Amino acid sequence: MTSPVSGLRHPISTSITLGTTSDPPSSGDGCRLGALRKGQRAVVTGLDEAAVVTPLPPGELERRMIEMGLIEGARVEILHEGFPGADPLAVRIDDHTLALRRAEAHAVLVTLG
Amino acid sequence: MSDTVLSTPVLPAVPPRIALVGNPNCGKTALFNALTGARQKVANYPGVTVERKIGEFLSPAGTRVQIVDLPGTYSLRARSPDEEVTRDVVLGRFRHEAPPDAMVCVADATNLRLHLRLVLELKKLGRPIILALNMMDVAVARGCRVDAAALSAALSVPVVPTVAIRRNGVSGLLDQIDRSMMAMTTDLAAAPCGWSEPSARELRAYHQEVEGILAAALQDAGKPSLATRRIDAALLHPAVGLPFLLLVLFLMFQAVFAWAAVPMDMIDGALGWVQAAAGAALPDGMLKSLITDGIIAGVGSVLIFLPQILVLFFFILVLESTGYMARAAFLLDRLMGGVGLHGRAFIPLLSSFACAVPGIMAARTIENRADRLATIMIAPLMTCSARLPVYTLIIAAFVPSRTVAGGMIGLQGLVMFTLYAAGILSALAVAFVLKRTIFKGAREPLLMELPSYRLPSPRDILLGLLERTRIFLARAGTVIFAIMILLWFLGSFPAAPDGATGPAIDYSFAGMLGHALAPLLAPIGFTWQIAIALVPGMAAREVAVAALGTVYALSETGDALSGSLAGVLAADWSLPTALSLLAWFVFAPQCVSTLSVVKRETNSWFWMLMMIAYMTALAYGAAFVTFRLSTALLGG
Repeated sequence: MTSPVSGLRHPISTSITLGTTSDPPSSGDGCRLGALRKGQRAVVTGLDEAAVVTPLPPGELERRMIEMGLIEGARVEILHEGFPGADPLAVRIDDHTLALRRAEAHAVLVTLG
Repeated sequence: MSDTVLSTPVLPAVPPRIALVGNPNCGKTALFNALTGARQKVANYPGVTVERKIGEFLSPAGTRVQIVDLPGTYSLRARSPDEEVTRDVVLGRFRHEAPPDAMVCVADATNLRLHLRLVLELKKLGRPIILALNMMDVAVARGCRVDAAALSAALSVPVVPTVAIRRNGVSGLLDQIDRSMMAMTTDLAAAPCGWSEPSARELRAYHQEVEGILAAALQDAGKPSLATRRIDAALLHPAVGLPFLLLVLFLMFQAVFAWAAVPMDMIDGALGWVQAAAGAALPDGMLKSLITDGIIAGVGSVLIFLPQILVLFFFILVLESTGYMARAAFLLDRLMGGVGLHGRAFIPLLSSFACAVPGIMAARTIENRADRLATIMIAPLMTCSARLPVYTLIIAAFVPSRTVAGGMIGLQGLVMFTLYAAGILSALAVAFVLKRTIFKGAREPLLMELPSYRLPSPRDILLGLLERTRIFLARAGTVIFAIMILLWFLGSFPAAPDGATGPAIDYSFAGMLGHALAPLLAPIGFTWQIAIALVPGMAAREVAVAALGTVYALSETGDALSGSLAGVLAADWSLPTALSLLAWFVFAPQCVSTLSVVKRETNSWFWMLMMIAYMTALAYGAAFVTFRLSTALLGG
């Protein structure tokens, strides 16, 4: 279950922009999955659905994300980006690949590495 | 919800029922096909808008077992109508049906995390479970090593490795089903259902538990599919992805017309023969007219599209089973998002090019009701194959067969393409308006697994096509059959008086309706003959061609009819009238099957009536503008 290349660590890019300007919850380095670019790897540190606009009832997006494997400790890597606007994202999560939009990926707090 | 314990032992008269549950893309349908072969059918639950696939097989010990294939789901908290079926069946919420006696939970051995979480949720139901570790061949090839015994011990459910696509790949599962059946007859007191909708905290706890189980049972997770990653690097590439998708779609439409031509001619020939034989065998009179003109001609006009629908579904099944369909949704999500549609709306809309009926049914996988309704409402704007006979007839009559742009493009083909494009663009426009008015609100999130690429299995494709054929024939034999008889009645009664000069349909109820409608349709350039033809054409668009033939009192049928009818029309109609009729058919909601499936799928008369209203308004508006503009430009 360990990724064969988990030893590799990407240097934290300085070009990362935070997805929201509202106060990010104090978790990790405050980076969000929605701000990552192709090739970057990270570990999920938390879910913060309050940061995104969604038509779903409260708590629903978080639960769906957990069901799809986006949970604290999951290792993620941006495999592919859509077009245009580099959206949506194809994200490797542990053993499977998930497509999600940047808008909702901003609800996923990550720490690079 | 009742969770009654089985009060009687499993008797041979009532075969034990097993439900197949699992995530999407775990090879569940392949496993179902491997267990049942062709002994399967699609049935509807009474009173609900739900389909289920049921099959039967004989276990090695000789027990007849009934097996239900349920839509794939990641959790029992149903999010789409599809997933509600799964939840309701396993919880026994269907009124007319007891919960399944046991469940086979199918998991992709290469990707256990999400699957095991579902297994833990299913365990709460207190019913016997067998875990089938499917696609073990792929897992082994990728260096993934699962200790089935340790997994079984950690989960305390039987675990059987399976390879659904290989001969004898399910023998272990069959043996285990027998053992579980034996255990059930001796141990009737199933545990009470302890499932309730999990909170985020409980979901995290499930995941924790899964991590513990994996630590004990997963010796090596193996490498992710390198091939999939490489293919995706090309097919999801920003510059390559969309052109490739367009190429695939282009080839598909080419095939729909090229491959289906021969079988369609054969069906046409066979129907003509049956019609002639019935005509010769029956004495003249009402019964003969009903059988030959009403039933054979009417149902035949729908049957003829079976080859095109099958070719289209062949492509859809292949694209789905290879895993490319999820990529198509990925590639189109952003573009379709421009008009507020979900990437998942792609599959229903694609199916609608063959026929809106399966397209509208495929919208069930869309989680959000507003997204789903928007998709259903625009699906009939996709140019379905039933519009083709009308388009072909009018184009042949009015558009000269010459080339433009230096001989590169045929003018007739260009007009046909324009009609397709008009349908697509108007669908996008309608979606845009709907999502900003009635279906306001942010888009449903996209959370979609991109499965590893796989080679499609011929058996699964074949069984999928068989299923489509059955569904289609069942519709042609019931709803369409009944409507054709009704329309035949409208077109035949009352009979023409003695010494009548016009065609008989002129004096019938359909003729009266047509004449009543004629003043309404005059502003858009329709003649009273067109108005009459539109009445039987309510059943299905292509029927309008046959009806025009009747109105113009032509006796030929099939190709001969089209040929001579084109000549009559070219002489009788002005070009603006012909263009106006084409514009009408891009939008007109003239398909009873579509309307009935909309009523069924939305479970509401409102949306069906909405569809009739908005499409008729668009059709009238488009035909009006087309007629006025072309009259002004061409000088009448």
